[in-house]
Amino acid sequence: MSIDHLRVVRGEIPAIHDLSVQIARGTITGLLGPSGCGKTTLMRSIVGTQIITGGSVTVLGHPAGSAQLRRRVGYMPQDPTIYDDLRVVDNVRYFASLYGMDASAADAAIDTVGLRDHRTAICSNLSGGQRTRASLACALVCHPEVLVLDEPTVGLDPVLRADLWEQFNALAEGGTTLLLSSHVMDEADHCGDLLLLREGHLVAHTTPTQLREDTGCRSLEEAFLSIIRRSTERRAG
Amino acid sequence: MILLVPVLIITLMYFMFQNVPTRPGAPSGFNTACLILLGLFPLFVMFVITAITMQRERASGTLERILTTPLRRLDLLAAYGSAFSIAAAVQATVACTVAFWLLGFTTAGDPVWVFVIAIVNAVLGVGLGLLCSAFARTEFQAVQFIPLVMVPQLLLAGIIVPRAAMPEWLRWISDVMPASYALEALQQVGAHAELTNTAVRDIVVVIGCAIVALALAAATLRRRTP
Repeated sequence: MSIDHLRVVRGEIPAIHDLSVQIARGTITGLLGPSGCGKTTLMRSIVGTQIITGGSVTVLGHPAGSAQLRRRVGYMPQDPTIYDDLRVVDNVRYFASLYGMDASAADAAIDTVGLRDHRTAICSNLSGGQRTRASLACALVCHPEVLVLDEPTVGLDPVLRADLWEQFNALAEGGTTLLLSSHVMDEADHCGDLLLLREGHLVAHTTPTQLREDTGCRSLEEAFLSIIRRSTERRAG
Repeated sequence: MILLVPVLIITLMYFMFQNVPTRPGAPSGFNTACLILLGLFPLFVMFVITAITMQRERASGTLERILTTPLRRLDLLAAYGSAFSIAAAVQATVACTVAFWLLGFTTAGDPVWVFVIAIVNAVLGVGLGLLCSAFARTEFQAVQFIPLVMVPQLLLAGIIVPRAAMPEWLRWISDVMPASYALEALQQVGAHAELTNTAVRDIVVVIGCAIVALALAAATLRRRTP
C-alpha cells in the first residue's frame, strides 16, 4: 500500500497535508493520534470513499477504490455500520452475499469475533462492544487481503481485546495487511508499525521499540506525547 | 401492517359512502374513491418507505459501507426497486381482492389493469423516494418531502377537483406531474371496457417517469464523498 503526497480538504479545512507513506504487505500498522487528526479521513482515502484533493493512494497495485479492489479490501467504519433491526447473522450474511460468499463464511466470521451465542440477537439489543464486533464480522467475512479497521477495539473488555489481537496476528501471519486506528496508546504495542498522526501531518512512521528508544520513554503514551511536543516546538521554532 | 392498511382504509371508505345517495347512471362515490385509492396508495406508501429507508442508509453510513463492496449501484437500485415493488404487489393483491370481491367494487375495464397501474405507481414511488432521500439530511427532513412532493402532486392530479375544472396555469403544472397520468389511466380503466389508447399512453408516461427518477437517484449514489 503506497500513499504519495496525499492531500484532502474537507469543507474548507485541510484534513490531510501532503502525506506520503508506504505500508508493507502482511504487517499490522497502527494509526494513532488524537481525535480529529485525520485518522478516519486517511482510512476513507485508502478504501476509496473519500474525495481526495491531491496525490495518490495505491493499494495492491491499483488506485484506491477501483473496482478490482472492492473484493480484496475490507473496511470497518468507526461507528458500527450494521442494520440495527436485523439479527447479527442476517447482517453478516448480507455482507457475505455482497462479496459473493455463502452462509458458512458468515458463520465463520461470527465465530471469529466471538458472537456465536448472540448470532440470532437483534443488533439494536446488543451492547456497544457487541455491535462493534458484529460490524467487524461484516468486514472479516470476505477474507480480504487488506483490512482497514477504524477503532476496532474501542469499548471492548480486556479479555475480548486480547482475543481480537490474537485473531489480527493470525490474519497478518496469513498474509493479510491490517491497518487499524486507535486513540488508545496501549494498543500500539500490538502493532508492528506505527503511524503517528497529528492535525493531518504524519508526525512519525516508526515501530514501538524504535519509538521508545528515540524518546527514552518507557510507556508509549509518554513517548507519543513527547513526540507531539517536539513536533509542535519544531513548527513553532 | 403495510398489507392491511390499504384494506382498512378502503373498508372505512365503504362504510363512509354507505348512505350517500348515488345519481342514477353515475358511478357510486365509493367506486370512484376506491379506484383512486387502489391506484395511488402504492405511490404514496412506497415513496414514504423508500425515502426514509434510503435516508437511513445514507445517514448511518451503511450506504457508504456497502458501496465499498463489489456491489454495483445498479444492483442496489434494482434490489430496492424489486423489493419494494414485490411488497407493493402483495399489498395491491390484498387490497384489490377485498375491494372487488367483498366490497362490490367494479370497473368497466379489466381489474388486472388496476393492479398493473398500482405496481407501476409503486415503482415510481420508489424512484422518487430514492431521489428525494439524497436531499434529506435527517429522517425528519425525509418525512417533510411528503407534503412537499407527494401532496401537491396528488391534489393536482385531480383527486378532489377534476383537472378539466382547474385554471389553465394549474393544469400546466398538473401536466408535468406523473401522478396526473397515473390517475387518468386509472379513470380510463374504470370507465372503459377496453384498454384505451389514452390509458396505454399514460401507463407508458408513468413508466418513463419511474425510469428517469431511478436514473437520477443512481446519480446521487456516490462511492466517493467529501
